Amino acid sequence: MSRKVSATRKGIVTAAAWAVGFLIFFPILWIIILGFKSEGDAIKAPLAVLTSAWTLDSYHEVQERSNYALHFWNSVILSVGSTLVALAIAIPAAWAMAFVPGKRTKDLLMWMLSTKMMPAVGVLVPMYLMFRDFGLLDSRIGLVGVLTMINLPIVIWMLYTYFKEIPGEILEAARMDGAGLKAEILYILTPMAVPGIASTLLLNIILAWNEAFWTLQLTTSQAAPLTQFIASYSSPEGLFYAKLSAASTMAIAPILILGWFSQKQLVRGLTFGAVK
Amino acid sequence: MNLSLRAVLGATVALTLGGAAMAETTITVATVNNGDMIRMQGLMDDFYAKHPDIKVEWVTLEENVLRQKVTTDIATKGGQFDVLTIGTYEVPIWGKQGWLVSLNDLPAEYDVDDLLPAIRGGLTVDGELYAAPFYGESSMVMYRKDLMEKAGLTMPDAPTWDDIKAAAKAMTDKSNEVYGICLRGKAGWGENMAFLSAMANSYGAKWFDMDWKPQFDGEAWKATLTDYLDLMTNYGPPGASNNGFNENLALFQQGKCGMWIDATVAASFVTNPKDSTVADKVGFALAPDTGKGKRGNWLWAWSLGIPAGTQKADAAKAFVAWATSKEYLEVVASKEGWANVPPGTRTSLYENPEYQKVPFAKMTLDSINSADPTAPTVDPVPYVGVQFVAIPEFQGIGTAVGQQFSAALAGTTSLDDALAAAQQLTTDEMTRAGYIK
Repeated sequence: MSRKVSATRKGIVTAAAWAVGFLIFFPILWIIILGFKSEGDAIKAPLAVLTSAWTLDSYHEVQERSNYALHFWNSVILSVGSTLVALAIAIPAAWAMAFVPGKRTKDLLMWMLSTKMMPAVGVLVPMYLMFRDFGLLDSRIGLVGVLTMINLPIVIWMLYTYFKEIPGEILEAARMDGAGLKAEILYILTPMAVPGIASTLLLNIILAWNEAFWTLQLTTSQAAPLTQFIASYSSPEGLFYAKLSAASTMAIAPILILGWFSQKQLVRGLTFGAVK
Repeated sequence: MNLSLRAVLGATVALTLGGAAMAETTITVATVNNGDMIRMQGLMDDFYAKHPDIKVEWVTLEENVLRQKVTTDIATKGGQFDVLTIGTYEVPIWGKQGWLVSLNDLPAEYDVDDLLPAIRGGLTVDGELYAAPFYGESSMVMYRKDLMEKAGLTMPDAPTWDDIKAAAKAMTDKSNEVYGICLRGKAGWGENMAFLSAMANSYGAKWFDMDWKPQFDGEAWKATLTDYLDLMTNYGPPGASNNGFNENLALFQQGKCGMWIDATVAASFVTNPKDSTVADKVGFALAPDTGKGKRGNWLWAWSLGIPAGTQKADAAKAFVAWATSKEYLEVVASKEGWANVPPGTRTSLYENPEYQKVPFAKMTLDSINSADPTAPTVDPVPYVGVQFVAIPEFQGIGTAVGQQFSAALAGTTSLDDALAAAQQLTTDEMTRAGYIK
């Protein structure tokens, strides 16, 4: 006998899910609303904000003041670039750990993750000195390197858990048929792991896009991504909520849209492996 | 062969020289996001007309992000910036470290003697001017003329704290969400401690005595904090321990504050009819005192300094001299009106009859002139700074003490406990840093 779900119960659960969803989305919604208000209206009480006039002034001003296109391209280059480099390193590494584990593989994985536990500011000065000496300050290439390294542990972990789900017998069969190491990774493993790789790729792009410590500290103008674009609109003394909201909306819009279109991939990838 | 080689060499030299003469120097200017700085970015045509060989690249950042970034860069001699926007807190510390280029050799037409003495004093270390002031600010009382009238009171130009208490009590009407006074309560060395350190000066309190011993166990700090908490709990808005400049600005503009004691720069916001519902009802007065000879107002100047590591000191100096010159003030006035001129740096500006028509001009100048960073409080102290102590340790100490006082305002700790904790943590930190032997 199948379990019956009453209409009221279903209704309550649906309403609760929508309420939680709305609650989580509300800050972003509020940012989007404030972006279309004048500075004077943006600091009014919430109800007064909603009833005040809508305007595009903030967007005009942000357009005039900042070079959005430059920051946008820097964000794209940094996030996509660092993700591709990280994948190129992480796929062979995760293959080795998943299919030919040694005695210390688990420890190695833990150790890699532990590097994420150190507060970034702790290595700010040594990193800054290295960047200065190698002439990498305010360069995209230097930042791609940093973003690759800080996200590498997560990429390896995610890929490792996906690869673990793939039966080793299939790879063995490929080897019996004479596939070399390169062919095994490229033609057997990778196609089977595509959903996992895709969701790793998407998640990592989002992480790199939002990274707001190193991208602020190590850039000034030429390599500055959207995080710096947002930071330039905040101030301890002044009226800036509407402009800041407009700038934030412009900064998160691309990644929000990317997330929307790849929602299915992301959810599938995240619930597929052991990272649940 | 020899001849052609010489010809080639000659041509190369000529090209290089020609190239050098044509070359553009690009300087990177780090700046904060505030109205006067943003306005300058739109008025650069005048600079480019005078200096066609210099190009300016702007890096605008939020104040705290900027402070961290330029501190990292200057301490490691990273050379990312050629001009820095820094405040009166950084200049004495960085100047002493040898991190800034001296500006004593600015051209005569710059007229360095025209700079307001209080501001210039805060930017000078051992006779060397280490930064040029772009705009200066103090703090003052902004009050609602209509509410004062309704209460049958008048605000003196130079009120005492007792006047403020009486006015706050008379204007408070909690049922209509009108609070007599709004003050900073959010923890932070540049938030509530900026206000409270300045207020404490007017009560004769000080951070340290001449032996760098913290003074929170004295009567003066207790009196300061007692009055502050009394004002805020009885006549202040709810949740005041989270309020900084921006929150109070919002409250005042919506007509919810009878008085607000804060930065003079707020005057242009609250009197702007575009943003403020009380634009035509605001009066100004000097920050209050207790008759001890010091007023409770601070002094700050956003200034332009040149890091010692820069390769482009000459171009940087040309820019700094232009941005802080008398001519720049005229450029702003001609394009945007006198009310939008960066205030508080030059004596000549306040002698200008056009500028004297701006409603808050005189009160801003009087406020700035009544603050002295080299003698901030009633007794002599070993430090420079009105609402801060210009030592590197102050950011950490000031914020920790600010958290104690903010907790006292929120009611999670008592006044005596907050003062005792402040005394303890400041003593520990100053001992560790080697000030207390």
